[in-house]
Amino acid sequence: MEKFTTHTGVAAPLKRSNVDTDQIIPAVYLKRVTKTGFDDALFAGWRQDPGFMLNQEPYRDASILLAGPDFGTGSSREHAVWALRDYGFKVVLSPRFADIFRGNSGKQGLLTGVISEEDLERFWAAMDAQPGVEMTVDLTTRTATLGDFTAGFEIDDYTRWRLLEGLDDIGLTLRNEEKIAQFEARREAWRPRTTPVP
Amino acid sequence: MSNPTSDVVRIPDRPRTLAEKVWEDHLVVKGEDGQPDLIYIDLHLVHEVTSPQAFDGLRAEGRPVRRLDLTIATEDHNTPTLDIDKPIADPTSRIQIETLRRNAEEFGVRLHSLGDKEQGIVHVVGPQLGLTMPGITVVCGDSHTSTHGAFGAMAFGIGTSEVEHVLATQTLPLKPFKTMAITVEGQLKPGVTAKDIILAVIARIGTGGGQGYVLEYRGSAIRSLSMEGRMTICNMSIEAGARAGMVAPDETTFEYLRGRPHAPKGQDWDDAVAYWRTLPTDEGAAFDAEVFIDADELEPFVTWGTNPGQGVSLSDAVPSPSDFEDPNERAAAERALEYMDLKPGTPMKEIPVDAVFMGSCTNSRIEDLRAFASIIKGRKKADGVRVMVVPGSARVRLEAEAEGIDKIVTDFGAEWRFAGCSMCLGMNPDQLAPGERCASTSNRNFEGRQGKGGRTHLVSPLVAAATAIRGTLASPADLADAPTEFASTGVEA
Ligand code: SF4
Repeated sequence: MEKFTTHTGVAAPLKRSNVDTDQIIPAVYLKRVTKTGFDDALFAGWRQDPGFMLNQEPYRDASILLAGPDFGTGSSREHAVWALRDYGFKVVLSPRFADIFRGNSGKQGLLTGVISEEDLERFWAAMDAQPGVEMTVDLTTRTATLGDFTAGFEIDDYTRWRLLEGLDDIGLTLRNEEKIAQFEARREAWRPRTTPVP
Repeated sequence: MSNPTSDVVRIPDRPRTLAEKVWEDHLVVKGEDGQPDLIYIDLHLVHEVTSPQAFDGLRAEGRPVRRLDLTIATEDHNTPTLDIDKPIADPTSRIQIETLRRNAEEFGVRLHSLGDKEQGIVHVVGPQLGLTMPGITVVCGDSHTSTHGAFGAMAFGIGTSEVEHVLATQTLPLKPFKTMAITVEGQLKPGVTAKDIILAVIARIGTGGGQGYVLEYRGSAIRSLSMEGRMTICNMSIEAGARAGMVAPDETTFEYLRGRPHAPKGQDWDDAVAYWRTLPTDEGAAFDAEVFIDADELEPFVTWGTNPGQGVSLSDAVPSPSDFEDPNERAAAERALEYMDLKPGTPMKEIPVDAVFMGSCTNSRIEDLRAFASIIKGRKKADGVRVMVVPGSARVRLEAEAEGIDKIVTDFGAEWRFAGCSMCLGMNPDQLAPGERCASTSNRNFEGRQGKGGRTHLVSPLVAAATAIRGTLASPADLADAPTEFASTGVEA
């Protein structure tokens, strides 16, 4: 997982609340055998509509999503995070997230920041006035800046630390690399080995 | 005696259970302040259903498999049991299997593919190779990994992201389980098997009764079981809600292991046995919960409903929802009876079946097939009943053929198939048709488990055999010329 300190990119307004995981990635895509390459599955239902925001020019390459409250509700599928990440999103800002979705995001390097509804409205208005405008999200200061307006966002200390250090669950465990190696060094010879026996 | 060379973890000097000993000997890091422990994994079994995304995750992060020598893969859930030399017809099954083959090749994981003599159900393959042994930790992306606990190993199923975690680190962050002793004392009547013990245990403690626990099966009836029987019992720990089940290792365990391809040899064997003898639960060790079962009382057991806890003795009748005081259980019974199309009060032995499935990781080892064959030998199956016999692994199939069991099966009028999960879950073409009723030696009787609309009665191999002969649920004792002597599954001669 890459370390996250600041990110600057096109911000896209998703003016809907209660965007559930079925809308983020419809169930038919769950049959796949990969954990990557879900970019085409993101919002697949909505993207059939040429008028959908992400089908419009300044937003095709958006990397920051500003969504209405209760983003990521529904099933626990990690695929929702994979789809956002694969499409190129690095950050989602919303006044409220579903807990499981938020937990999954932190593990996959997708920053989810909670902002106030007022700030969201203000960002949306600024984006409408200037479609395709870039936003800078700074995790060190927990702020999002668009033009001359800066707003703070919330993220818990633990998730913030993991993102700053670029640690997924595996990365976290591998911080104990030395202890794992020590344990391996003292494992008894009789323990099983799957390598073919002569 | 704890791991003598451990310089990281100090083991307090107190009586400990088998589960605690194995756990503590695998502590890489002891979790502080409510954090999970980091546990080392000795053996990681991999199959095609839960591994693709795990390998893809490794690839995305550029991570290798940490210990290829502790990892082994086989194809089982999706493999056909007929025409195994032809391409797999179902696209989803084919893609999963092809993906496993590509991943194994790319990452260097040892894989036993369809057609290989070590291919088979992952939980049959591990023990048969001698990889599963006492005092180790075993994981697999499959809930029935509990099977391996029969050797006194700590074995449990994990999810796909945990599969990736183990592939990358050979460890898992885990909170310790609580312990439950299930003591089965006494002597089983002839015709009563390991399967009947575990079905009775689940009926007693319920499908949620084991939640959060590792179950340790103890007592004279468990000690008298063969390794195959112990595996049958540990296999279904998950149906009691537990993540793992264990049996303390003893001479039966050592005898089973001795000489198997991956069992320790020479000095390693002696060291291992010396350590294994220290594993059984200490006198005075405390369990978090205890259950007692009287083995003398047990009879062949069958399920009537749609969860493995809905079972009765074969000589009983279908219960009525009003027999259940708990309103949830009553409602569940009503729904189950409707799905199963059964009337309360019907004697279980009068229920006719359309199919008999002899297989699955619960009961598809050589001993199970021998038991089944000992009943059907020289007889004919009931008219109109489809009987499918699916060995748990290619090696079991070969062994059975060397003993002539395939001939007994086909003379009986049953189908002799290639190894795999088969009709246990119907991911391959082996499925029940809607409304069909099956006596099955597998472990789950959920709605639609063996095919959409299919109805499953869980039974032992002996009951499966007698049922195939009579056409209605039956035990060998119910047969007209009941065999007086038969190979009893799960019980040492
Ligand atoms: S035989 Fe059945 S229970 Fe066992 S691993 Fe296969 S599908 Fe799962």
